[in-house]
Order: sequence, then structure tokens, then C-alpha cells
Amino acid sequence: MKAIVVENIIKRYKAQKVEVTALDGISLSVDQGEIFGIIGPDGAGKTSLFRILTTLLLADSGYATVDGFDVVKDYKKIRRKVGYMPGRFSLYPDLTVQENLEFFAAIFNTTIKENYELIKEIYSQIEPFKDRRAGQLSGGMKQKLALSCALIHKPSVLFLDEPTTGVDAVSRKEFWEMLHRLKVQGITILVSTAYMDEATLCDRVGLIQKGILLSVNTPKGVISAFRSSLWAIRANEMYALMETIKADPAVKSCYPFGQYHHVTFNKKEQIEEHLNRIVKNGSFTGVEMFPIQANIEDCFMALMSN
Amino acid sequence: MKQFRIFVKKEWLHIWRDKRTLFILIWMPVIQILLYGFALTNEVKNSNMVVFDQAKDEASRSIAEKISSSRYFSLYKNINSWKEIEATFRQGKIRLAVVFPRNFRYDLLHGNHAQIQLIADSSDPNTANMLSNYAAVIINDYQEAINENQKLPYTIKVQVRMRYNPELKGAYNFVPGVMALVLMLVCTMMTAIAIVKEKEIGTMEVILVSPLKPFRIIIAKTIPYLVVSMLNIISILLISVYALDVPIAGSLWLLMAESILFTITSLSVGILISNTAKTQQTAMFTAMMSLFLPTLLFSGFLFPVENMPLPLQLIANVVPSRWYFIIVKDVMIKGLGFAAVWKETLILIGMTTTLLGISIYKFKIRL
Repeated sequence: MKAIVVENIIKRYKAQKVEVTALDGISLSVDQGEIFGIIGPDGAGKTSLFRILTTLLLADSGYATVDGFDVVKDYKKIRRKVGYMPGRFSLYPDLTVQENLEFFAAIFNTTIKENYELIKEIYSQIEPFKDRRAGQLSGGMKQKLALSCALIHKPSVLFLDEPTTGVDAVSRKEFWEMLHRLKVQGITILVSTAYMDEATLCDRVGLIQKGILLSVNTPKGVISAFRSSLWAIRANEMYALMETIKADPAVKSCYPFGQYHHVTFNKKEQIEEHLNRIVKNGSFTGVEMFPIQANIEDCFMALMSN
Repeated sequence: MKQFRIFVKKEWLHIWRDKRTLFILIWMPVIQILLYGFALTNEVKNSNMVVFDQAKDEASRSIAEKISSSRYFSLYKNINSWKEIEATFRQGKIRLAVVFPRNFRYDLLHGNHAQIQLIADSSDPNTANMLSNYAAVIINDYQEAINENQKLPYTIKVQVRMRYNPELKGAYNFVPGVMALVLMLVCTMMTAIAIVKEKEIGTMEVILVSPLKPFRIIIAKTIPYLVVSMLNIISILLISVYALDVPIAGSLWLLMAESILFTITSLSVGILISNTAKTQQTAMFTAMMSLFLPTLLFSGFLFPVENMPLPLQLIANVVPSRWYFIIVKDVMIKGLGFAAVWKETLILIGMTTTLLGISIYKFKIRL
């Protein structure tokens, strides 16, 4: 049995008389014990998908199941079994760390003691602050507490909506390590993020843009599907360089990436000649260029621009 | 059961930790009842008046003294001319002028016919009426005193007894009204923000994805506020008895029980508002607007419901404070027992269950 099945889900909103399509016929399935990443920019429809799967929203059409239960008919059963961590910090800021955890344990008819093993590694990091009010925790600690609260009833499927947004790099890394340890326990995890580099940490990823799922693949599969040649280039005049490259007919795309611009071309041949011509015509200085291996972000950029 | 208990505890902590709000919740009714209790009154006390005594004899002085020493009047000054009366009225300093003609006592004793003129400021007709009546009663008393030993032929004496409130204190009518008003406002406001607050801070999203039942959420949110409301009832009753001099004639326990019932009704109104409102601000505003005026107008303590046109009487029937007002008047002022108020009690119970039922039914199980 698949942990999550989504078939042709469509969700529209009315915003000031203009109809916005948040999800435009999404289909996917997630295996049990899998970490599935939903990657996409803000406003792509990630949160709508999460809310439909956690039975908080009704889709306009389509069909979805979580743990074999229909999200509309069997919503009560799903609510008992899943863990959900919304994108926005959603704990009680005026309750202490421990009180929050106790509360969420109790509403799922369990206790902290009963499932302590599951959250031990995460919770032990914030346990020294257990008498502090949740509203006074740092961003990373808030996320750890929220994850503990979402896990305290030992859910079979965990929904994490942008858990690492607004969290520093070190805490992000720690957070993903925790997710991998949860995976070992057999928990299915559906996680969304706007950070493309986190895609490599998932078992499979789905790229979503404007309510449409562009591709579902393993991170390796996504990279190997990248066909064009990719070059990195830099010069002292970065902005002018970008403009000139973009104007050239041989160039397919160009976008800034760290200290370099990444450039792809329509044809695989004579790439160096093209670049030399561009540099010469624009009389750029301090030029540095070389071919590179595409990483997952390059693949997403290519997919999104198609 | 533990699930429910910890939810109540959580709600209690929200209230307890928000000290500023708790302070307001406890002191607001105290201040309101003092404010309304003293300000919202149509009793006439210590009205300023002047005496223009042209007789300056024993009788005129004695009557003037009786009037000015009563608790309805206080002597602003003695004046010596008609012009001055006009001037003090114009200044708005006085409400009543008493004028004795020359030879007042002589006319009274020898002519059997003396006159006193009462001039009242009737820009406020009710007050003018009341004041002139009070003054007339005092003058009559004096007349009876001097006629004490003489038998007058063919007189009918009207004996009036004012039951339940022999001194005709306004507070006896206002305290029950203010109690209804204040409890209604405070209790409704307390719960009006309870559910919508969770929607605003986003916790509703998390607790919806849990096995919690709407029924339990709603009841658990009401209970801690009921505790605060009980404190309010006690403080209101203490102020009524000790500051506003309105004793509790009936059973204290019956009054308490009825008050608790009424606060549950009010809390349910708040829950219903909270359930449907989108933001805390709308909830507060709705609670204020939809309750303050109807409670003031239709409770019956400012304007008797019986005198209203039929459509308004029908509206008044759905205002919970109207029934509570009747109950408090019966139990607290008249000292009646449960047998007198069972109908009103039943109506309040019916209202409460309906309101809670609608709240549970309308509770949004999705975002």
C-alpha cells in the first residue's frame, strides 16, 4: 500500500473576484518509509497540497488517500494517524516547551513518556529549556519543538510544510539529519521546501511550479536527465556580462549562481567559440570560464524555464 | 478524559499568564457596576432650590426648613426679589423655587387660606414633576401637623404602601439591570476571542489535525472563563450589597445558581461569535455592538418591555438578559423562591443549549 496517493487534484481560490488556480491537476504517490520532497518557489501551491492531504482543505476535484484512507470521507481516521507541522510556527507562545509537548501528547491520548524514544534525540536538545515559553525560543529551537509536537503520537505519515524556512544553515543540516533518523523508524515523510539544495536529501523529489508538478524523480535521476552542457563564467563586469550573454542567439539560458553565471546553450557544439565571441565583443576584463557538472539546482532552473 | 482535562488546563494557563487581560476581566465589572450603579439613575437627590420668603414668619421659615432639610433638596440660597429667581433659573443653578407671599402665617391662621408658589424648571418634565410633588408632600405634612387636633369633615385619606422598596430607591431597579448588563458584556467578550484567537495564531490548524472533537474544544474553552465569571458574580453582589445598599432579600444560593446559569448563557453567545468571526477584532466588535444596545434597551430596566410595540417585545424575548433581569428582581429584591422564576430559568437553559448546539454544529472542522 502506498502511504500517500494523489490523483488529479485541482484546487482553486477566489481572491477578490479573480480565480486563482493553486493546484492544477496534481498526481503523485509516495511509498511507505520514503522521504518525499516537494520543491517549488513561494506560491507554487505547496501549502494547498499539504492542507488537502492533512484534511484541512477540500479539493475542487480529484482524489487523494493518506495511509489508505480517503482525505474527505475518512478524515477522522487520518487526523488520528498523521503528524502535521504547518509552515507557520503554530504552537502556543505563552505555554512552556514542556506544556506544549504535554498538550499535544494529551490531545492524541498519549503521554510524553510513552513515545519518548521517538523524540528523544530532537527533544533532548531543547529539554534544558523546557520551562521556557515557546514564544521566547530561537527559530531553530522552535522548529525542533514543533517537530517534537508533531511526532509525539508516533504518526505513520509526517507532513512538514517548509520546516527549514527561516532557519540557519547549521540548524537546517541538523533538521535533515533528524528526518533521516525518523525514516529509519519507518515513518513516511512528505516535506516541502523552497531551498533547492535540500532536494538531494530526499529519496524522491517533485518539482512544483504554478500548481503543476513538473517532474517526479530521485535526485540522481533529476541530474542525469539534464542534457545540455553547462558552463560557468565570471568577469569583473558581472551585470553587463549577464545582459550580453542573454542577448546572444546561441544562448539558451543564463542565471546568476554564487560568484558565477551559469550558461546553457541551444547546441552542444562550438560553445567555447560562442563564449569567446561574447567576451571579446563586450571587452570584459578578468574573465574566467569553464564547463561544469550540473547540480540539482541547475536541473530545476532548466525544468522551470521550459 | 485526560485529553479534556489538559485542554482545560491549557485554556486556564492562557488566561492566567496574560495578567493584563485577567486584571481587566476582574476589575472591569467592578468599575462598570460602580459607574453604572451611581450614574445610571433617575432618582432625584439634593436638587438645588431657592426660597423667596416675603413673609419671614414662623410658618414660612418652618416649611422652608423642612423642604431644604429633606434629602431631595438642598438650599442653594435665600433670595429677595422676583428678578433674582429668574436670574438663578437662567444660570441653571436651581431646579425649584419656593415663594411665600407676604403675611403667609396670618393668611393661614385667620383667612384659612394661604398660598405657596412652587416654580420648577420643567425643561426636564419628569424631574420637574417629581420635585414639585416632593415639595407638595412636605407642605401637606406640615398642614396635617397643624391640623392634628381638629377634625376635618369628610376627608379621604389615601394610604400608599410601597412594597419591596419602601424608600423608592432607584438602585433596587438598577442593580439587577446593571448586573445583567455587566455580566453579559464581560462574559461574552471573554469567550468571543477564545476560538478566533487560535485561528489567528495558527494553532487551530494543528489541533484540527488531531482526534479532538469540536464539542470538547468548545466546552473546554468555556470552563476556565466560567471560573473567572464566578469571581465577577461575587464581586458584583458584594458591591450591590455594600456599596449600592441593595440587600439580597431571597436565597443567596438561588441567586448564585441563576447567575451562573446566566453567565453560561453569555459565554455561549461569545463562543458562537468566536466561531463565526474571522479576526479577534471583528469578534470584539460584534460582541460589543450586538450586545450592549440590545441589553440596554430590551432588558426592561430602562424601558419597560410591556410598554413596547409588539415587534419590539418579540425582539426583547430573545435577549437573554431580559430574563435574567426578571430573575434577579424576583429573587434579590422581592425575595421570591424558585417557584416564581422557574419559567425564566427554563428559558435561559433552553437558550444556552441552543447556542452551544449551534456553536458545535457550526464549528469548522476544516480551514
